[in-house]
Amino acid sequence: MPVDLSLAHRSDTLLFLAVVVYSLAMLGFAAEFSFSRRAGIARALTRADAARAATPATAARIRQPAAVGGAGGIATGPPPGAGPATVGPHPPLRSRLDRSTTGDHLGRIAVVLTGLAFLLHAGSVVTRGMAAHRVPWGNMYEYSSMVALVAVAAFLVLLTRERVRFLGAFVLLFVVLFLGLAGTVLYVPAGPLVPALQSYWIAIHVAAAITASGTFALGAIVTVLYLLRAKYDVLTTTGGRPRVSSVGRLLPPATTLDRVAYRVHAFAFPLWTFAVIAGAIWAESAWGRYWGWDPKETWSFITWVIYAGYLHARATAGWRGRKAAVIALVGFTALTIDYYIVNIFLVGLHSYAGV
Amino acid sequence: MTDTTYAPPTQQPALPPSRGPLGLAISGWRQLTSMRTALILLFLLALAAVPGSLLPQRGLNAGKVIEFYRDHPRLAPILDRVSAFDVFGAPWFAAIYLALFLSLAGCVLPRMWRQTSALRARPPAAPRHLSRLPVAMSWHTDEEPAEVLAAARGRLRGWRVDVRSEPGGGASLAAERGYFREVGNLLFHFSLLVLLAGVALGGLFGYKGNVLVKQGDAFSNTLAYYDSISPGRLFSAGRLAPFTVILERFRATYQPSGEPATFAADVRFAGHPGAALRSYHLRVNHPLNIDATKLYLIGHGYAMHFVVRGPDGRVAYDGAQPFLPRDASFASDGVVKVPDIAPGPGGTPRQLGFSGFFTPTTVMGPNGLESGFPAARNPAVTLLAWRGDLGLDNGRPQSVYALQTEGLRRVLDARGRPATATLRPGQTLALPGGVGSITFAGFSEFATFQVTHDPGSRLALAAAVLLLIGLVVSLRVRRRRLWLRARPDGRRTVVEAAGLSRNDSGSFDEDFRAIITRLRSRPAALEED
Ligand code: HEM
Repeated sequence: MPVDLSLAHRSDTLLFLAVVVYSLAMLGFAAEFSFSRRAGIARALTRADAARAATPATAARIRQPAAVGGAGGIATGPPPGAGPATVGPHPPLRSRLDRSTTGDHLGRIAVVLTGLAFLLHAGSVVTRGMAAHRVPWGNMYEYSSMVALVAVAAFLVLLTRERVRFLGAFVLLFVVLFLGLAGTVLYVPAGPLVPALQSYWIAIHVAAAITASGTFALGAIVTVLYLLRAKYDVLTTTGGRPRVSSVGRLLPPATTLDRVAYRVHAFAFPLWTFAVIAGAIWAESAWGRYWGWDPKETWSFITWVIYAGYLHARATAGWRGRKAAVIALVGFTALTIDYYIVNIFLVGLHSYAGV
Repeated sequence: MTDTTYAPPTQQPALPPSRGPLGLAISGWRQLTSMRTALILLFLLALAAVPGSLLPQRGLNAGKVIEFYRDHPRLAPILDRVSAFDVFGAPWFAAIYLALFLSLAGCVLPRMWRQTSALRARPPAAPRHLSRLPVAMSWHTDEEPAEVLAAARGRLRGWRVDVRSEPGGGASLAAERGYFREVGNLLFHFSLLVLLAGVALGGLFGYKGNVLVKQGDAFSNTLAYYDSISPGRLFSAGRLAPFTVILERFRATYQPSGEPATFAADVRFAGHPGAALRSYHLRVNHPLNIDATKLYLIGHGYAMHFVVRGPDGRVAYDGAQPFLPRDASFASDGVVKVPDIAPGPGGTPRQLGFSGFFTPTTVMGPNGLESGFPAARNPAVTLLAWRGDLGLDNGRPQSVYALQTEGLRRVLDARGRPATATLRPGQTLALPGGVGSITFAGFSEFATFQVTHDPGSRLALAAAVLLLIGLVVSLRVRRRRLWLRARPDGRRTVVEAAGLSRNDSGSFDEDFRAIITRLRSRPAALEED
C-alpha cells in the first residue's frame, strides 16, 4: 500500500505542536523551580538540615504528612497535590508553601501541558504508523520519537507514585532536545519497511528496546540529579561552596533521588533483558544465528552488563550511592553509543535501521 | 509522638578474607568464585567485545578485513597477530569466557545448595532490642499480649509466622516473606550458567555454511556443495543431515525507488534420500527447518546462461554462471571459463575466458554502463574475451567468480583493440580471428542460502526464558522481616514492632507503616506513646 502523504504530513505537524507544548511545560516546571526558591524554601534548609536530609532518618520523617500531627505519622501517603519535597523539617512552613504558592500553580499547569503535549506526541506517532501502514518505529527518526514518548510516559506514571514534579523541567529539556535532533538531523519521510524488518518481531523486540531505552533515559536524569544533590550535601556539610550543584538545594533529599533512580532502573533492566533476548530470537529466524557479535548486538550486551553491574553495586556495601550512580551513567553512555554511534558509524546487519 | 528510630540500612556481610589454612589453591578458588571476580570478568568480556565492534571482523565481513589490510599495511598484521580481526574466536576471548563460566559455576552452585535449606528456614526470633532496628515503633493498647499477636498473625497473610511466648507474660512474633526472591535470584544466576553452556554447545558442535543455488538446481547437504562452511571445533561431516533442496523459483520485488520489497524462494525438499518431496515458501524471516538444520534466504542475484562455440561451430560450453551483485542495483560481475575449446588452425587458442558485467536495467551513466534498477527491465551483459591458459591445471584452487589473468591475453580484433561487446539476450559475439563465438542465451535468478545447525540453541533459549523469569521475580519480590513483641506494662500492654528489609527496595519504611497500621486492629482503642 502506498504511503498516505497527507496523514504523514499531519504526523509531522503534530510532532511540531507537541514540541512547542513540551517547551511551554518545561518553562512552567522551570518557573515552579525558581519560584519555590524565591518563596524561601531554600532558606528553610540550613546546613545542618541539609546534612540531616541526607540520612534516611530525616528522609523518612519528612515524607510523613505534616498536617496529620497527633495521629502520630502513621498515615501513609503524601497529601494530595503536595509539591516537591524540597522542604525542611518544619511542618507549618511546609504546609504553607505546599498549598498555594504561585510556584505550585505553575507546576500544576506544567503537568497539564505535559499531558497535552504527550497526547499530541502520541497522535504524531500513531498517524505516522497509519500513514505508512506499519509499526511507527522503522527508522531512527521514528525510534527517537518513540523513546522520547516513553520517557514522558514513564515520567507521568512516576508522577502518580512518587513526588517527582521537580523532575519535569529536566525530563522535558531532554525530550525537547531529543525530539529536536530527531525532527531535523534524523528525519526521514514515511515509507515502507525493508524485507528484513517485515516480521512481527519488530513489534516485540523494538518496542521493548524503545520502552527500556526511554525508561533508562529517565533513570539517567534522576541519577544525574542524585549526584548533584549528593555533591551539594557533601559541600554544604564540609563548608564548601556549591556551584553547579547549587541546584541540589532545590532537589529532594539524596536518599529519595537514589530510591527513585533505583526503581526506574529496576523496571527498565528486565525490559532491556527481554529486548535483547527477543532480538536474539528474531536474529535466529532472520539471519540464521541468535548471536553473531554484530556491532549492535555487541553494544546491547555491553549495555546490559554495565546495568547488571549497577544492580550489583546497589546491593554491595561500599558501592552504593555515588559509585553505583556513576555505573548507571556509564550504562546510559553505552546505550547512547549503541543507539547513535553504532547505527550511524559501525555498519552491521542492523544498519538498515536507517538514519 | 511515635517512637520511631531509623538507622542506616544494614549492610550485607562480606565474606571473611580467604587466608585459610588450606593454602593458596583454596584462596585462589575463592577469589575466582567471588561475586566481584565474576563481575570483573563480565566487564572484561564486555570490554573485550568493543574492538570486535570497531574493527572489521572476518566472521562478519571478510572483505572489510582485506580493505583494512590495504589501508593500514603496517598496523594490520600486528592487529592480526592478536586476533583483532577475529575477536570472538580469539583465545583470549575464550579465556575470559571460560573463567567467567568457572567463576559463575563456583559461586552459584554452592549457593544453590545452601539456599535449599534456607528456603525451609523459619523466621528468626525477635532480637532483644527491637528499637535498635532500622525501622521500629511502639505503642500501648488495652488488649492482652496474646490477643494482639493472634490478631496480627491472622492478618499477616502470605508471611511465614512464628509466635513464641517469652518470660514475664509477654510474647513475640517473627514473620518473614519474600523467600521467592532468593529463588528468583538463583534461577537467574543459574540460567546464566546454562545459557553460557548452550552457547558453548552450539559453538563446538554446530556449523554454518553458505550455498548458492541457481533456479532449477538442487543442493544436497554435503560438504562438496558448500561455497564456504565454518564448523565448530568438534564438528564432523558425518553430522550433516542428509537432505536435498531444489530451488524451483526465486522471486524478488522492489519499491519504485529500487529498494527491495520482498524476497521469496519456492523450494521442494526431502529430509533424506528417497523421502517424498515437500514444498516450502522460503522467505526472509521464515527459514526452512529440516531436522534441526535451518536454511535461510540471505541473498540473491542473476546467473547468466551462455553458449560458447569453437571455431568449428561445435558447442564447447553451455551453462549458467552466477554473477555476483556488486551494488544495490544488481550490477553484477562474473566470468566464464571454457577449458575445452577445440584448437584453432595452428592450434593456438587452447582455452577461452570471458569476464562479464551484467546490468539488469542497463543505462548509460557518467562512467559508462550501469544499472538503474535491480529488476531485469533492460538486461545486457558486457563481455571481454581472453585466451590462453586459464591456469586450471596448475593445482592451485581457483575461484569460479574470477579469472586468473597471468596466463591469459585479451582477444584482439582486426584493428588490435580488445574484443568486447554488450549483448542482449539472444545476441552473439563472434570472436575475431575465427576463435569462436559466445551467445548470451538468457539469464535466471539464483539464491544464496545460509545453512546452520546449532545443537545448543534450544538450551540457550530455555535458559534465556528462565533467566528473565528469575530476574523479574528477583527484582519484584521483596524479602522482609517483621517482629512484634507484646508484653504487659502495668494494666496495659506495650507493643514494639520492628522491620528489616533484606533487600534494597528503598521504600520499606513507608510499607512498614502501612503494615503496622493494618495490624493494629482497633485504632480507637489505641494511644500513642
Ligand atoms: C560470583 C557470582 C555472582 C554472585 C555471588 C552474585 C550475587 C548476586 C546477588 C546476591 C544478587 C542480589 C542483589 C540484590 O539483592 O539486589 C545479585 C543480583 C543480580 N545479579 Fe548477580 N551475582 C554473581 C554474578 C552475576 C553475573 C555474572 C551476572 C551477569 C549479568 C549477574 C547479574 C545479576 C543481576 C542482573 C542481578 C539483579 C537482579 C537480581 O536481583 O536478581 N550476577 N547477584
